[in-house]
Amino acid sequence: MARIIVVTSGKGGVGKTTTSAAIAMGLAKHGHKTAVIDFDVGLRNLDLIMGCERRVVYDLVNVINNEATLNQALIKDKRCENLFILPASQTRDKDALTTEGVEKILEELSKDFKYIVCDSPAGIERGATLAMYFADDAFVVTNPEVSSVRDSDRMLGILSSKSRRAENGEEPIKEYLLLSRYSPERVKLGEMLSVEDVQEILSLHLLGVIPESKSVLNASNSGTPVILDEQSDAGQAYADIVARYLGEDRPHRFIDEKKGGLFSKLFGSK
Amino acid sequence: MAIETPSAKKNVLEFKSTSLVTPVLILASDDLADINQQLTEKVSQAPEFFKNSPLIIDLQKLNAIAGKLTVEQIITVVREHGFMPIGIRGGSDQQNDQALALNLPVHSTHSQTAPLTDKKVPATLVTAGAETAKTIENRPLPENKLITLPVRSGQRVYAKGDLIVIATVSAGAEIMAEGNIHVYGSLRGRALAGVLGNAESRIFCSDLQAELVSIAGIYKLKDDLMRHPQQTPVQIALDGETLNIKQI
Repeated sequence: MARIIVVTSGKGGVGKTTTSAAIAMGLAKHGHKTAVIDFDVGLRNLDLIMGCERRVVYDLVNVINNEATLNQALIKDKRCENLFILPASQTRDKDALTTEGVEKILEELSKDFKYIVCDSPAGIERGATLAMYFADDAFVVTNPEVSSVRDSDRMLGILSSKSRRAENGEEPIKEYLLLSRYSPERVKLGEMLSVEDVQEILSLHLLGVIPESKSVLNASNSGTPVILDEQSDAGQAYADIVARYLGEDRPHRFIDEKKGGLFSKLFGSK
Repeated sequence: MAIETPSAKKNVLEFKSTSLVTPVLILASDDLADINQQLTEKVSQAPEFFKNSPLIIDLQKLNAIAGKLTVEQIITVVREHGFMPIGIRGGSDQQNDQALALNLPVHSTHSQTAPLTDKKVPATLVTAGAETAKTIENRPLPENKLITLPVRSGQRVYAKGDLIVIATVSAGAEIMAEGNIHVYGSLRGRALAGVLGNAESRIFCSDLQAELVSIAGIYKLKDDLMRHPQQTPVQIALDGETLNIKQI
């Protein structure tokens, strides 16, 4: 059985697709067969971030409507043989998604994939609720500012009440906090919420902090998941996150200003 | 490429059961002029609340004094005041037939009503809190509720008795109880105790950062609450018409 991970936030522009691409690649690099699905029907982006936009023939909605098989629609990544991408449709809207259709796809993928990463669209409407409905784990991507935190809080409420697990009375979805676009300098100036502030409001397990970084934009522009940029801070942050999710105990980085970060990195303190 | 294909058949409808809180109008007189006048007074106290409000007409009291109003007369007068009657209950067979002829459902009389106040009963009395759905008889009261997970933004929790939350209540969340409210995490959302008018109910919390607190409809907003100490346990009680916030 595959583990289904939803990457969600409520608010737009916080880094859901960047995160989906990075962690899917990270899991595949660890040797796990991974599929990543773009649920943002009508505003397809994941294929760009993954650098496979020119190889899209069939999409999620085609598979739901039985116009193509899952194998026809899945795009195999050129950099990692364990990674497959299921793109969204650009010519339809989210009403084309049906619960039964999504369930069928996830069931079929579960047979031979270890992890399925669902890249949720922004908002709390159909695409977003379907992306999280069947999830086992939720990565809640939040920026350190009040509106993003409140939207994440709302999303957490929906995760705990409107998922399949909640409706069947099963063990609830495991929720993890990913704090993205974090800038310790701006936190110090009081322009951003700190890790502690966000955690106090959301009371959620912190999986990792991703620093604000130029490398993210560069990676998106070149169609390379940022985790492959091993020199960059954001790439390393995502590598840590994937390792922690897989059970490794790694200290948190990028929370303090540059010097402190380097210090704790060199000496492995905290 | 962009050829529209018929999408797979999806379910377009679903039946679910629900229970609603609806005002019930109990008539204690068949004098239409009195009813009319008192309805005008009631509605003028809270015009927005009553505007287009669903309403169930309870005829038990009227029948007990052998009142001589037809269902149609009653419906006409309440409609004139902006109510939208959604049925009757406690009527005679004849009244039930009259209601059905007007396409109004006949509800059972098993559900309980909670009077708003125990002031002297006027000719008309609107009570909130009766349920339109059939309720199970001999239901134990009060029904307290214990919440152990955070109440997230956008979530609403309602307790028929006391409500105890041993986690945080986020900004944008709403917790309501017919009895007391206890919050042992931070209270950042809205908390409404005694929602059916119980002025004796109280709110207890260990860190008051709420957007709104209310007891029996008397409320205070965040601006007023900010003047009171935070991150210390407080209790909120009603003293006459004002909310009193005291450290415990």
